[in-house]
Amino acid sequence: MALRGVVPAHLSLDCATMKKYSIFSLARNAGNYHKDWERAWRSPDPKKEYDVVIVGAGGHGLATAYYLASKHNVTNVAVIEKGWLGGGNTGRNTTIIRSNYLQDPSMAMYELSRSLYEDLSQELNYNIMFSPRGLLMLCQTEHELRAMKRTSHANRLAGIEAEMIDRARVKELVPIINDSEDCRYPILGAYYQPRGGTARHDAVAWGYARGSDARGVDIIQQCEVTSITREGSRVTGLDTTKGHIKAKKIAVVTAGNTSLVMQMAGVSMPIESVCLQALVSEPIKPVIDVVVMANTVHGYMSQSDKGELVIGGGADSYNNYSQRGSFPALEHTVTALVETFPIISRLRMLRLWGGIVDMTGDRSPIISKTDVDGLYVNCGWGTGGFKAIPGSGYVFADLIARDQPGDIAGAFGLDRFKQGRTIDESVAAAVAH
Amino acid sequence: MLVITCPVCGIEGEEADFHCGGEAHITRPATENPEGITDEAQRDYIYMRKNPKGVHFERWRCDRGCGKWFHACRHTVSMEILGYYGITQKPPAALLKRADPLWQAHFEAQAKKAKSK
Amino acid sequence: MSNKPYRVPTAGTGGTVGRLIDRSQTVDFTWNGQKHSGYAGDTLASALFANGIRVVGRSFKYHRPRGVIGLGSNEPNALVGVGTGARLEPNIRATQVELFPGLAATAQNAWPSVEFDIGQINSLASRLFPAGFYYKTFMWPQAFWKSVYEPIIRRAAGLGVAPDGPDPDTYEQFNCHCDVLVVGGGVAGLAAAEAASAGGARVIIADENPQFGGISDIAGGTLDGEAQSKWVAEAAQRLAQAGHVHVMSRTTVIGHFHHNYVMMLERVADHDPRIMNDGAPRHRLWKVRAKRVIIASGAIERPIPFANNDRPGVMLSTAVRAHLVRYGVAPGYRGVIFTNNDDAYRTATELLSAGVPVARIIDVRPEPDGPLVEAARTAGIEISAGSAICGLLAKSGGKHITSVKVAPYSTTGRVSGAEEQVDCDFVAVSGGWNPVVHLHCHNGGKLDFNDEIQSFVSRKHDDPVVTIGSANGSFDLAALMDEAYAAGEAAAGASAAKAKAPKAASEPEGALEPLWYAPATGKYNEGNKHFIDFQNDVTAADLELAQREGYESVEHTKRYTTLGMATDQGKTSNIIGLGVLSGSTGKPIPEIGTTTFRPPYTPFSFGSIAGTQVGKLFHVVRRTAQFDWHKEAGATWEPIGDWRRAYCYPKGEEDKHAAINREILTVRGKVGILDASTLGKIEIKGPDAGALLDRIYTNTFSTLKPGRGRYGLMMNEMGFLFDDGVTVCLGKDHYLMHTTSGGAERVVQWLEEWLQTEWTDMKVFVTAVTEQWSQFAVAGPKARTLLEKLEGDVDFSADGLAFMSMSEGTLEGTRARVFRISFSGELSYEIAVPANTGRVFWEKLLAAGEEFGVEPYGTEALHVLRAEKGFIAIGDETDGTVTPLDLGMNWAVSKKKADYLGKRALELPHLADENRKELVGLLTEDPNEVLPDGAYAVSSVTEKLPMDMIGQVTSTYWSPTLNRSIAMALIKKGRTKMGEKVTFPVAEGKVIRAEIVDPVFYDKEGERQNV
Repeated sequence: MALRGVVPAHLSLDCATMKKYSIFSLARNAGNYHKDWERAWRSPDPKKEYDVVIVGAGGHGLATAYYLASKHNVTNVAVIEKGWLGGGNTGRNTTIIRSNYLQDPSMAMYELSRSLYEDLSQELNYNIMFSPRGLLMLCQTEHELRAMKRTSHANRLAGIEAEMIDRARVKELVPIINDSEDCRYPILGAYYQPRGGTARHDAVAWGYARGSDARGVDIIQQCEVTSITREGSRVTGLDTTKGHIKAKKIAVVTAGNTSLVMQMAGVSMPIESVCLQALVSEPIKPVIDVVVMANTVHGYMSQSDKGELVIGGGADSYNNYSQRGSFPALEHTVTALVETFPIISRLRMLRLWGGIVDMTGDRSPIISKTDVDGLYVNCGWGTGGFKAIPGSGYVFADLIARDQPGDIAGAFGLDRFKQGRTIDESVAAAVAH
Repeated sequence: MLVITCPVCGIEGEEADFHCGGEAHITRPATENPEGITDEAQRDYIYMRKNPKGVHFERWRCDRGCGKWFHACRHTVSMEILGYYGITQKPPAALLKRADPLWQAHFEAQAKKAKSK
Repeated sequence: MSNKPYRVPTAGTGGTVGRLIDRSQTVDFTWNGQKHSGYAGDTLASALFANGIRVVGRSFKYHRPRGVIGLGSNEPNALVGVGTGARLEPNIRATQVELFPGLAATAQNAWPSVEFDIGQINSLASRLFPAGFYYKTFMWPQAFWKSVYEPIIRRAAGLGVAPDGPDPDTYEQFNCHCDVLVVGGGVAGLAAAEAASAGGARVIIADENPQFGGISDIAGGTLDGEAQSKWVAEAAQRLAQAGHVHVMSRTTVIGHFHHNYVMMLERVADHDPRIMNDGAPRHRLWKVRAKRVIIASGAIERPIPFANNDRPGVMLSTAVRAHLVRYGVAPGYRGVIFTNNDDAYRTATELLSAGVPVARIIDVRPEPDGPLVEAARTAGIEISAGSAICGLLAKSGGKHITSVKVAPYSTTGRVSGAEEQVDCDFVAVSGGWNPVVHLHCHNGGKLDFNDEIQSFVSRKHDDPVVTIGSANGSFDLAALMDEAYAAGEAAAGASAAKAKAPKAASEPEGALEPLWYAPATGKYNEGNKHFIDFQNDVTAADLELAQREGYESVEHTKRYTTLGMATDQGKTSNIIGLGVLSGSTGKPIPEIGTTTFRPPYTPFSFGSIAGTQVGKLFHVVRRTAQFDWHKEAGATWEPIGDWRRAYCYPKGEEDKHAAINREILTVRGKVGILDASTLGKIEIKGPDAGALLDRIYTNTFSTLKPGRGRYGLMMNEMGFLFDDGVTVCLGKDHYLMHTTSGGAERVVQWLEEWLQTEWTDMKVFVTAVTEQWSQFAVAGPKARTLLEKLEGDVDFSADGLAFMSMSEGTLEGTRARVFRISFSGELSYEIAVPANTGRVFWEKLLAAGEEFGVEPYGTEALHVLRAEKGFIAIGDETDGTVTPLDLGMNWAVSKKKADYLGKRALELPHLADENRKELVGLLTEDPNEVLPDGAYAVSSVTEKLPMDMIGQVTSTYWSPTLNRSIAMALIKKGRTKMGEKVTFPVAEGKVIRAEIVDPVFYDKEGERQNV
């Protein structure tokens, strides 16, 4: 069994032999009709024991595993997943990436994450298609304009590149936008983050999975946790549908099901699970290059590389584990966007889906130790978790490896709810996406 | 979209005619006794939620009808609404029996607390 | 090349050919700008066939030429643009477009033309582009993804182009309830609807096609001894005449949501835009609440993929048959049938009887027999049993099929032995049927695999939803009708009257032989593409590659290869894809699983979702009774909540700033009036009214004497400020609460919630009266003199109406409430009169004040005036994270009261922390420099970022009164830093320094308001 902190020989061998993806390897494999590609990740049976078991193979869990292995040499790690990796919110979101938040801890977290996205494709040798093609937050009331100006000052001093722009520049960036001055919510300006954008959500999960696997991490799919075993105040392992697995440390990263999994360890959470819907139009030739968020009317839209308009809005108001949302919420979003982009009225909705998101009391995430020794939790990303995947995994891995939070993770601890030290982003934007 | 019937005015309406007020039966410490409320008690009151996957008790308001609050018992996966009861009432035994274990534990604890007083 | 027409003459076909077209009526339309004509009743697809056009589109990835494959909404290939300019609608299925005069249709995703498309070079390099190739490359150089690779991909991707302007047409929505919603108007749906309506149930039956009957017109079998079509026509007629049945064609049931909430899209005018001339909407979205839903959505034929099976002229067997029977067109002059079941034999005989030669029936089954097979044999059609198509030859860039290669097929799944070449120019293929289970799945319905039909069927649904007919895997006519009537009767209730069911008879059909793709001869999957998902160019090889690389879950395969993610949502491809995966993994299909079917069933317009809620009707605007006066006075507006408030009143050439300064100086020097009607007004009455206020506000109100008012703060339970205002005591147990304009509704809800859910024993009524009153501030040194000119019985004198008191009386003949309160620091009154007298009274104030130079002032002047006095504004000094203590308002926070909202929270460590930000005033070093909104202060300006931010500006204005800039800010430990300088790096290289001072800038002693 691998010793903590040491990469076993056979694993480093794996790393070395992981077939590199490139135009050349593509050409080489074309020769044999692509029949020689190796697996992107293994599907191993669980070992008896691991140093760290991560529950949940979503983007956050896989990123955590990747940085445990690559930054902390903790490679005796399993990521267990009740379904298929990347099948939760990682594969159900609108792929928006931005870091123009208001509060200090949020700025630190999301800018770390955004900057990791910048060269993630090269880091993972897997094209996650990070596309910093710019993100606009529209200002449609004086109040919103003032709030965004405030955010822009905070961001500039925090080293986050972003600027306020006027209506004319907005129209330049988004020719299809309704810039009429006598519509219900005229555009007064916008807050523009040029290096915000999108990425290919599945690829993020797959890239981290491939990278972790190559470093010896066992990714075990179709393996559901049924209970978490404790000895006194310390975790000892988990019972799963693939048998009992011993674990020195357990990290729960199960967005949408956090309350249920933590309950297995007797820990209750400040979380409500609600449904957030998203939808896409049929593919059309490019009409909008940037991401536009209209927070006053509750909707946002971008266009994927495939040509689909990717649309999202606010979450439902009541608890929901069904991954199916309510039509009024969706109607509200689409109506807002038809008003904002009148040409989409004639385009058509292709696909609608829902994801279950964890909402905390202050709408900010939780990255924390718990009262149970060896039990860590990463959750509460609400409607905006995708953008945070690299940063979240990075600081969570650090917390797990050192058993103490660094500066960034520290602010997102569970203790904040007891101290009243909440991190409220609704100050800045109605839709915290 | 859910169909909800207001137990107060009897109006059947769409979800959009109502407003969900979240988890039911959250006790406000200060109403009972403003003195000596611990930070933990305050946190539990404001932030901690049961969030069950199953039968849940919630507060709803008849927004576009009589404006009254009431309790609803709803399944958080199937969305089936099993019943309603008054905003000042505890859940009827029949509903509590079908509710998520977290809720049964909740009311057992309350009963114990009441006895010890 | 020559476009040979594929319209079949009626001669000698007994008139059965072309039953839906009227050959006496030609209809002109354009295709890619060229004029063509078809017949009334044609679809665009059939009209194009008739004009000899078989290439109607190019595929997504390889730009291969593509033609029509299917029928109606399951067509994956023939996507076209319909209309022009702002009325252009992309990605419409040619098989669903009904021909109308002047129809303009264009091909998509091809340049320069669909016949010759440059993009086709992609298919030459296709070996370089296996599934997911883009995940493996385009990574270097790093900057190239955004600047080079992605732009190319984006331009290449996408299908049609968007309309070039706002949608000129209208949309609307209907809400309705029914006992039974029947989805689909085929024989099963009609029968179920008959049974349900006979029992008296309120029924809606909807079908996406223009005609009812599904494929009954080509299915064979008889009802009451006659062709099915006859019974269909009569049944539809009976239903249409029944008063309690709503029969809808061209209406697609697109989604099933919680509690049997069903969305239907009615295409009102797509088939004939002239309908809109009378004001009809283009689409109508029906929101149906159904007690029961009967799904009779039918089944979709699936092809058998073979090498190069995407060539124009390869069609589904029923699509060929339907185009022949309904529109009198064939896809070519010499056909080949490729099948694993009996139904395709009907297509063969139908073609032959219409005079279209059938070169061969290629049946994978070793010994096909039964009446349908016999009929074909006796008609003299050559049958190759136990054979499969192992290749397809075409000329002119794959646009014209010349022949297929046939070889013996063994159920081992390999093709072996002698190849034979059969000349033909089209292929009708049938691989069996997939029940349409989409709607059943939308709200969580589960599926079971049915071995007999080798496809998925619905499991019992948790909601009152039942699936019948071929959608339920029942293909035998008699059985299917029994099932339908049973479902209808069950829906109507046991006691209900019964409808008479027709007697059904049909030829027996042999079992099908499952075959998921016919392997090519030579090396399997090397170059010769077996297309599974036509629109997304997904081949069998792609699916196997995904498996090989570990994307094992069907969801992974789907996302990695994009199988089933095209605009047809995998209607023809999903099950075949699973079949291929099953073949390559050795797992049975049920273990491979199925992918979730999500709404909508077919794409539908965003316009229909917005309905009429666009433009002026997008969101309500609230106006005060004086709105029109402000408008006439040339006011500019500020939206506050749903209100529009006058921001300022520019005169002549004046810009906003000049106007605002003038208004401020008028108030300070003479007298100004403000329309404060939007201010929240709530009457609170009852024995416990005082006690309620004491719980809601941070300070005490129960001690308030009648006629007196007090300023109060509201916290939420987290200890954060969320509203403020003056509440006055109108009499015993009777108060009038003022709230912020934006917060009025929220506060009413807030009070109600606490009364109903927490302090349930309190006896209090809470009534919102905001709209009942018009309220005006009269502020300035001349305020009293102005008001004393008014006729009435109100005493405005200093003693008669002391500061923070109120009186009621009559002014200018109308009832009035007069409050002596001041948000400007001047001598100031607020007068409330019934809203219906508001505008008259407002004008009287102006008339009375004329001699003193009275002027109206707007919300911005109001804000500057209050800032000069250091008064806070909710939303400026507060942002949901600020406590009263942060604002130095300890005087308003009771120490004595045992309990009020937010009290306990103030003791939490973080809220009691001595390092919190505190409200201070700021005077910039340069008095002419106005700090920017929301600027942040830092402890010191550093090269390294982030800088240490110690606070931010909350309000910042030019003060014409003081003739300098002023600002308020929340600064860490600000109150301990009076007189110190703080630094604001407001832009690259620009720093503003300001002195921390008391936030009251003007008239600290408050003498101006106490006169």
